[in-house]
Amino acid sequence: MQTRPDQSFAASIDPFRLLNARVHEVEGQGRIGFALFQAVRTTGPVFWICLAHDRDRPMPLAWPDGVAERLHLVETRTETDLLWATEEALRTRPVALVIAVPEKPISLTVGRRLQLAAEAGGTTGLMLIREGRGSNAAETRWTCDPLAGAADSTHQRWSLSKNKKGTTGIYDVSWNGETAAFHLVPQAGERHQPEAPPP
Amino acid sequence: MTLRASNAEQLHCLNETASRVGLHRGMALADARAICPVLSTRPADPLREGRALEELRRWASRYGPHAAKDGADGLIVDISGVAHLFGGEAETIADLEARLARAGVLAKSAIAETRGGAWALARRGGGVIPEGALLTRLGPMPVSALRIEPGVAEGLARLGLHKIADLTTVPRAPLSRRFGSELLRRLDQALGMQAEPVAAEADAPHFGVRMTLPEPIGLTADVMGVLDRLLVRLCDKLKAAEQGARQLRLELRRVDSSAAMVEVGLARPMRDPARISALFFKGVDEVDSGFGIDGLRLSATVTEALAPEQIGHAQARAADELSDLISRLGNRLGFEAVQRFLPASSLIPERSFLTVPAASAGPEPFPAKRRPRRPVTLFPPELLARVSGSPPARFSWRRMELTTLRAHGPERITPDWWLDDPAWRFGARDYWRVETSEGLRLWLFRTPQAASRDWYAQGVFL
Repeated sequence: MQTRPDQSFAASIDPFRLLNARVHEVEGQGRIGFALFQAVRTTGPVFWICLAHDRDRPMPLAWPDGVAERLHLVETRTETDLLWATEEALRTRPVALVIAVPEKPISLTVGRRLQLAAEAGGTTGLMLIREGRGSNAAETRWTCDPLAGAADSTHQRWSLSKNKKGTTGIYDVSWNGETAAFHLVPQAGERHQPEAPPP
Repeated sequence: MTLRASNAEQLHCLNETASRVGLHRGMALADARAICPVLSTRPADPLREGRALEELRRWASRYGPHAAKDGADGLIVDISGVAHLFGGEAETIADLEARLARAGVLAKSAIAETRGGAWALARRGGGVIPEGALLTRLGPMPVSALRIEPGVAEGLARLGLHKIADLTTVPRAPLSRRFGSELLRRLDQALGMQAEPVAAEADAPHFGVRMTLPEPIGLTADVMGVLDRLLVRLCDKLKAAEQGARQLRLELRRVDSSAAMVEVGLARPMRDPARISALFFKGVDEVDSGFGIDGLRLSATVTEALAPEQIGHAQARAADELSDLISRLGNRLGFEAVQRFLPASSLIPERSFLTVPAASAGPEPFPAKRRPRRPVTLFPPELLARVSGSPPARFSWRRMELTTLRAHGPERITPDWWLDDPAWRFGARDYWRVETSEGLRLWLFRTPQAASRDWYAQGVFL
């Protein structure tokens, strides 16, 4: 067993940085947007592994620059094949990010195996799961939902609900899906004091 | 046999009965039918004929080291110094014709000192021209036996030069001036005054190796051990030809002469024994060895050019590992399951990109096009329920009740009328980008040309 250095200092600078060589989970309506956001921040090949009967398919024309060229789409017929393909991709060193879309809940055994594979290959894994179908072995779990906002806005609420090596938190971001840059939107809070009188 | 050439059916090849009636090659099929109404024809397949001739050529190399194809329907073998092995020239011909007849091939053959002489004689009866008798045997033949253009032969006939012997008696210079040097070259080649070698092309390299074992084996580790030895030999062969394998086949012959086969595909041309061996392991492990395996045969069924590369470079190693991964995934899931996106120039959302097997195409940059906005996920159109208003003010999608906050549109996309796509048979679609107050941003459309007023969802925006 290898102990990895604490990454909390790096995490404090960039809250959305996924810890390398670990498997993370993301749920919610905006999970595909979050996966693309993570894909654009990497430089190597990206694998997208989904079931052949999955209806939601990524559409490369709308993706950030340089992601469509690096992305490999793997279609599997069964859930077992999907997990096997994910493990194989995680074990391959040059792969930068593995995005998998399983259908069934991830058991603790499966989650742990994926973590070991990610550690062996030094790659990052991101499982796009349905609500409440994650495993306890996940390094972090994000809940991503789009937010209504001003016209043409692309506001998202990305909340970190589980983190093994750091703090959780709720972030409202605006990411237009073109570059790796994003805006953190201050959350609308309730005012507890009356507004100061105009000078 | 008929062949369609320049918009008219022509006779391509005919049997003896037909030629006795008066038909000949190159005749229009309509004319031939007028002469012989009971004529039965079949379309010719030049490609398969060529392949059959190539096979015959390989067989014919048993009579001499240099065997080559001669035109579309002939073979030429250089048998200098070989004939005595078959008992003499006449015996060689008899042997050749007997073997061909047994195989059902109707052929004429001739042996002569020169290639031109053999060509002429084979098309005029066949046989053997003994040494020194070229002129006496070829002399009475018509000039068309010289492998010259029909136009030249006609011109010679007009001059009264009907036979080859006539050509040898007239002065050469006027002939050459009138008919070009080709005629005299052919004449000299036929009479042996100018050399004409049998230019046999080199055989295409064959990438196959095999090993027969004195004792049958059955354990996976043993088979893999033999396979590793075969792979080293095969990869040496590939290296010598600067080729890499894309597909390999391993045939395992059991003692009871049944056989098992293991095939693997590779994501890119490769000739590294260790990496290929790893891909074979799963297939070999599944094979039932029965009473034991006593023969293995490994062949590269599909190969591609692979130039030598500098090794040890970190980037090259990463590319190797990635192609290994694609090979592993492809051999279990099928190579068409590992896909890559390529740009396509269509405005129809489903056809605005291509998905191709990652093993067969390299990456291509997508054009930087940001408008009109497109959704990040696309799915087959899903009917919206409980729609009110147009564009919908409230609707239900995937069991979610949604309220429209803003709607942008419409963007009209018309189908490619030259393609028959059942999904687009209702005509143009008006697409709207609908922001809901629940947060979701959806891509909705309706088909104004269709009778129904249904709304569909087809994508989700960021």
